[in-house]
Amino acid sequence: MSNNHDHDHGHGHPHDVTQHDPEAAERNKLPPYGKRIYAIRDLLIEKGIVTADDIQRQVDYMEARTPANGARLVARAWIDPDFKQLLLSNPKAACAVLGIDATSLTEFVVVENTPAVHNLIVCTLCSCYPRPILGRPPDWYKSFAYRSRAVVEPRAVMAEFGTQLPEDVDVRVYDSSADMRYLVLPMRPPGTGGLTEEELAALVSRDSMIGVTQAKEPLGASTMSR
Amino acid sequence: MRTPAYVRGKLGWIERLHGEFRNPEQLAYGGDGLPRQPLYLVGFRQMDLWQQRYAESPRDKLYVDIYEPWLEPAHEQ
Repeated sequence: MSNNHDHDHGHGHPHDVTQHDPEAAERNKLPPYGKRIYAIRDLLIEKGIVTADDIQRQVDYMEARTPANGARLVARAWIDPDFKQLLLSNPKAACAVLGIDATSLTEFVVVENTPAVHNLIVCTLCSCYPRPILGRPPDWYKSFAYRSRAVVEPRAVMAEFGTQLPEDVDVRVYDSSADMRYLVLPMRPPGTGGLTEEELAALVSRDSMIGVTQAKEPLGASTMSR
Repeated sequence: MRTPAYVRGKLGWIERLHGEFRNPEQLAYGGDGLPRQPLYLVGFRQMDLWQQRYAESPRDKLYVDIYEPWLEPAHEQ
């Protein structure tokens, strides 16, 4: 690249892109492993193994998968008993009904919270997570602290998320370290009888589908209870 | 190796059979993972896993997916 501009910027002819390329500027701040990723990417493109478009498409696909997918499944299950049965017995078929692409999941199990049973998901081995349904896992899910503590003191971990469970609730931890991916079907909060499916979906947080919290109560209900 | 150390040698029960999957211990070394191995969801009482280290409710349980070669009948022990 030519580098013949020993003058001020703010004009329109081509020169060293790193000076004005925000991505390149950010990259220079990265730690060594981050820089290495970009170097590998650039080499793969240069050698014609993948194109920049291939990579961008994959990034877009990964970014498009968000907990909103899971929230739609849960909200539909709350209002439609037949759909709930399908979600529990054949989760991939339930995803297909709502047009959610779960084909990249190996296998998928939905576990239902009830007044007597509360489920919690962890992967002690790494960070197994139902990504097509919930997107990328939060950093704490991958942390050593969560992975080691969720199996031996799940109630204490949930309490740190603000979730207090009665002693007589059966806490079931699922350590998903093989081919199965798990999703919690949280309980429908009280006081939500008149809500639409969309309003219900807004109450279904990512954390409630991992099991560290319950689904949110509607705003009006929680203010009234305080 | 996908069987967590904390369940080894512990007594549990088969909660369900998930189906048969390629063996990850072979896939990890570039093999074809065949023959497929049955994968079970195995349940444990938390008290049986951690004994007195488990300070929460005695009713609590833990479930983990385990491939058949890692299991043996409980009556042999």
